Amino acid sequence: MSEALDPQSWQYRGLNARAPSLSVLADTLNELAAENHPVVAVTADLQYSNGLIGFARKNPDRLFQFGISEQNMVSAAAGLATTGYMPFAATFASFLALLCCEQIRTDIAYSALPVRLIGHHAGISLGFYGTSHHATEDLAIMRSIADLTVVAPADGAQLAAAIRASVDWPEPIYFRIARGHDPVVYAKPAPFEFGKAVVHGIGVDLTIFACGTMVHPALAAAESLRAAGHDVGVVDMHTIKPLDREVVVSAARTSRSLMSVEEHNVLGGLGGAVAEVLADIGGAPRLTRHGIMDEYSLIAPPTHLYAHYRLDAKGIESVALETLAKRGPA
Amino acid sequence: MTPSPSLPNSLSEAEILHLKERALFVRTETVRLIAIAKVGHYSSVFSCAEIFAVLYDDVMHLRRGEPRWADRDRFLMGKGHAAVGLYPLLADWDFFPKELLDGYTRLGNPLGDHPDMRKVPGVDFSSGSIGHALSAGIGMALGGRLSGRDFDTYVLLGDGEMQEGQVWAAAMAASHHRLGHLTAIVDRNRYQLDGTVEDVINIEPLADKWKTFGWDVHEVDGHDVEALALLLRRLKPGGKTREKPVCVIAHTLKGKGVDFMEREPGWHLGFLGPEDEERALAEIKAHGGLQ
Repeated sequence: MSEALDPQSWQYRGLNARAPSLSVLADTLNELAAENHPVVAVTADLQYSNGLIGFARKNPDRLFQFGISEQNMVSAAAGLATTGYMPFAATFASFLALLCCEQIRTDIAYSALPVRLIGHHAGISLGFYGTSHHATEDLAIMRSIADLTVVAPADGAQLAAAIRASVDWPEPIYFRIARGHDPVVYAKPAPFEFGKAVVHGIGVDLTIFACGTMVHPALAAAESLRAAGHDVGVVDMHTIKPLDREVVVSAARTSRSLMSVEEHNVLGGLGGAVAEVLADIGGAPRLTRHGIMDEYSLIAPPTHLYAHYRLDAKGIESVALETLAKRGPA
Repeated sequence: MTPSPSLPNSLSEAEILHLKERALFVRTETVRLIAIAKVGHYSSVFSCAEIFAVLYDDVMHLRRGEPRWADRDRFLMGKGHAAVGLYPLLADWDFFPKELLDGYTRLGNPLGDHPDMRKVPGVDFSSGSIGHALSAGIGMALGGRLSGRDFDTYVLLGDGEMQEGQVWAAAMAASHHRLGHLTAIVDRNRYQLDGTVEDVINIEPLADKWKTFGWDVHEVDGHDVEALALLLRRLKPGGKTREKPVCVIAHTLKGKGVDFMEREPGWHLGFLGPEDEERALAEIKAHGGLQ
């Protein structure tokens, strides 16, 4: 029986074709495996959502399926790491950071095992799937765990570069990534060094610290603000921990005002991390922390949510203008 | 399953005596170390002293002084609070200097109430939060198979631990992945902090549960060193080709070897003052902690 489907039809297993950056994780792992790096991956019934199916196709013995048992998967990844492998453990960021928090802390971070945790569909990118599937707490939770590196790449190219760099990084890592629809920020190969921010500019009027999905709209907002005569720079703080303190200090000494933007609660994430540095040095300019204002997101398609919470380019620009208006005399 | 003809169906008197002595050593050392900490899990160790002795002195493949030997058999503890009984055996394998035992739980000493792989050579996996160990053991068994290394993985679980959901997620995954070289040993001492396991949250029918989760289940008297050793020896070869992971339900007595501990489950956590310590040691030594 041949049924021609409507060209608009699609189903779950075709996700890869619909989300251009979704294959980055698997492609990079395939490259690393081909170069004889001891990478393996574990998944909890989301191998299409995170694209690891592409890794399984090329390296069928290296992807271990755990079904819907995320905590079991994370502890098993720790066990795998003790045998000389570098396991990549992927699931939705909400499940990874909240459900598996203790397994991550005790079995992986405290045990100093080189597991790479991939929290995908982070922030509010799962839109109308609702709060159970949103992760606006993961950065705060993960950055409070000692000996765990926390990274939120801006796009697929930076994710690829970060995964590649992780081969030589001794600590376990939490990667906070998006849903594979991320707009392109960087040409390949993207610049990436753990703990070293990518400085797109330090503005005399304003410097915006952004991470993950917020880098692209922050850059667009800055461009528009510059066109209007404001000296605005953007810093891509892809590594939330260890934070690039030097660039924060440098911006604090140059810019009249500062702003952070993240697809995360304004408490404890990138904005919190930057605020801690500013408090440490003292006498710093005002910091506007922009993100989700300690509340649960509405449901809506992701792009509608970004507009609603002023996390798109236009929204970030409007928050930046308010910040510029609040600043003291030059 | 009948014993393989190549394996004896009994241990020599000398072997039995040796294993009994090792279990006695676990108990007396536990009393000695807890005297330093002034609080500890006597009865939790006493229920699994023979299991420790048989694993570390008969069954597991280990190399003296080489705690990180890649082909060593792995041992994980879900009931991490029994670590005080394991440390003396690890020290005897020269995995760390014996003097460290004398500073058990003191500031800066690596030996704490729960085993810490980051601090203690010979501890294959940290534990303390009940329910993680079987999952971690799965990871080790998968890694061993993928790398072609021929080691077995043993996971000691408490019976109260059966109440943790992660154990059953792991049980399902282990049989799905056909980890025949993974062995779970349940220390079925029937007590947990708040009372009998039966009263707190009943776990029976336990053997049926493991069977329906796809495991090869065996039951044994956990204080009979000969029966334990024969069973684990018989199950040792062929793990990589076996279809099912192995669950050994070891029927034990919490506080085994000290009469007043056997009768009072509150000894899960406690301290023996000098007079009671003497009384306990005398009892342990009188019948070797064994029947």
